[in-house]
Amino acid sequence: MLQDKDRIFQNLYNDGDSGINGAIKRNDWSNTKDLISKGRDWIIDEVKLSELRGRGGAGFPTGLKWSFAPKEVGSRPHYLVINADESEPGTCKDRDILRFEPHKLIEGCLLASYAVNAHICYIYIRGEYYFEGQRLQKAIDEAYKKNLIGKNASNSGWDLDIYIHYGAGAYICGEETALLESLEGKKGQPRLKPPFPALVGLYGCPTIINNVETIAVIPTILRRGGKWFSSLGKAKNTGTKIFCISGNVNKPCNVEEEMGVPLKTLIEKHAGGVVGGWDNLKAVIPGGSSMPLLPKEICDTITMDFDSLVKEKSGLGTAGIVVINKDQDIIKCMARIARFYKHESCGQCTPCREGSGWMWRMLERMAKGEASKDEVNMLMDVTKQIEGHTICAFGEGSSWPVQGLIRHFKKEIEERNNFNPLVKKDRNIPYLVDQHLLDK
Amino acid sequence: MSIKKVSKEQPDSFEFNEENLKIANDIIKNYPSGKQQSAVMSFLYLAQRQNNNWIPLVAMKYIAKLLNMPYIKVYEVATFYSMYNLSPVGKYFVQVCTTTPCMIRGAYKLVEACKEKISKNQNTLSNDGKCSWVEVECLGACVNAPMMQINEDYFEDLDKEKTSKIFDKMLNDENVEPGSYRGRVNSEPENNRKTLMDLKNASR
Repeated sequence: MLQDKDRIFQNLYNDGDSGINGAIKRNDWSNTKDLISKGRDWIIDEVKLSELRGRGGAGFPTGLKWSFAPKEVGSRPHYLVINADESEPGTCKDRDILRFEPHKLIEGCLLASYAVNAHICYIYIRGEYYFEGQRLQKAIDEAYKKNLIGKNASNSGWDLDIYIHYGAGAYICGEETALLESLEGKKGQPRLKPPFPALVGLYGCPTIINNVETIAVIPTILRRGGKWFSSLGKAKNTGTKIFCISGNVNKPCNVEEEMGVPLKTLIEKHAGGVVGGWDNLKAVIPGGSSMPLLPKEICDTITMDFDSLVKEKSGLGTAGIVVINKDQDIIKCMARIARFYKHESCGQCTPCREGSGWMWRMLERMAKGEASKDEVNMLMDVTKQIEGHTICAFGEGSSWPVQGLIRHFKKEIEERNNFNPLVKKDRNIPYLVDQHLLDK
Repeated sequence: MSIKKVSKEQPDSFEFNEENLKIANDIIKNYPSGKQQSAVMSFLYLAQRQNNNWIPLVAMKYIAKLLNMPYIKVYEVATFYSMYNLSPVGKYFVQVCTTTPCMIRGAYKLVEACKEKISKNQNTLSNDGKCSWVEVECLGACVNAPMMQINEDYFEDLDKEKTSKIFDKMLNDENVEPGSYRGRVNSEPENNRKTLMDLKNASR
């Protein structure tokens, strides 16, 4: 188990003071100037050495992402944008960082801005986090007052302004290009990539977008060294991570643990066990609602890191663990998630806009036992037609949980839905489905 | 993408009051010159707060003029995001999260309380016109489920009984405290903390 001294977010539960004095006591802002004076390349190399992977869901190596920003500032200014639009069901880690460790984030913003040549940093907070935004604004004001940010921030010679931008309740704005659209004052509909935001982003300028947790761990990594960070966790899945354990557990909580910690340890030790005991476990959604669920057999042994979960055809995502026990109707749970995606689809791409509603309606019927035998396969087909046919990853996000359900609980769906199909013969209608998917 | 009804009854005029106009001018300064359109979301939010929790069409026209952008673009934004209310919702706007993590911990019990205390259907004002409720998607406080939001405040670790009590107080215009209703501290594991104990003990 991770030792307390290696936990980055010491004030996760707000035992101390989230303001500037408490932050300085916790060693924030202690030698920011020295870190910056070591230069851009040193910072990026150290982050690369730490093998930090983005904490927002995709797990992209942060050091690599930063190195995509143009080395020299041309005619267009660079921007740093922090994604605090935390809306993935099961995830509430960024909220605690914004509330209780805002100075870690602000200091991270300064170091990251310097590394990517940005003088302006926007923090995009979901609109519902009004109170959290106020806390962060207070922390920003404190930092301005002490000249930790602003002109000649922390005496480093670097100018940085940080602004908060509130969202207004759209899940899709957590997608980086949709977030940029929203920041520009438009509907939050994702852009086509390429061009990637690192070259053409906010207002058409080079923009680096990172999750709150990614940026908030940067100061500690630079202070204690990339080697220290990479010594924690597993190879290629290094460091610590805040896990949010919710659902049918006795003590739902947020906890910072090492990457690669066994799921069972997290649930049994920190979250007080599954309601009704470990044997009452039905399934676990390991990384926020878009990641396919895992049945109990896999949960017994799985470790929580990017690569082990990908091997089980799931993913770490945002590490929002939703525990579902046997008292719940698993099909209904997934139908509710499908409704979430139907509600949150931005409506730009047809497969997602129409397909998400289709999946929801089918799952609702399946939960009630009103579907026919063949519809399970049809549902799988619908998910396959959404996946990979949309501009952004929302298509995958909405179809993977349904695929996970079918993969692991097909029997249960079929037992409940055993009507004979209306059309008995299996017909091959090429223009209705993607033929290449059938040809395999 | 949310489907929204625009209220049939619309006021004739809308203007930011002096305080909000000042805030608005400060917000525009956050963005590069010529990119004032970025401020549209904050402006709509300001208008909503000023106008008793909802945005009339005249306010959108006013904001469009203020930001020098077409009215339709403001309308687009106002209808796209779910937090903008385009018809009256009352002084107290209750949002109950019913997405899976909350659902499996009993969010629909909270919905029952809403139906009993506020109004039978969501998006309808209570009899005295003070309050309305709506089921919303994940509000990002999953470890404190089930939870709801009233205006800007989060109410966490609820059950039906506690929710009803909150509504009783609220409808009498009494002050209700946000936060956890099981007495736990933020998002720590209740009585089961195994980490950062030194800090916990030091704070006592």
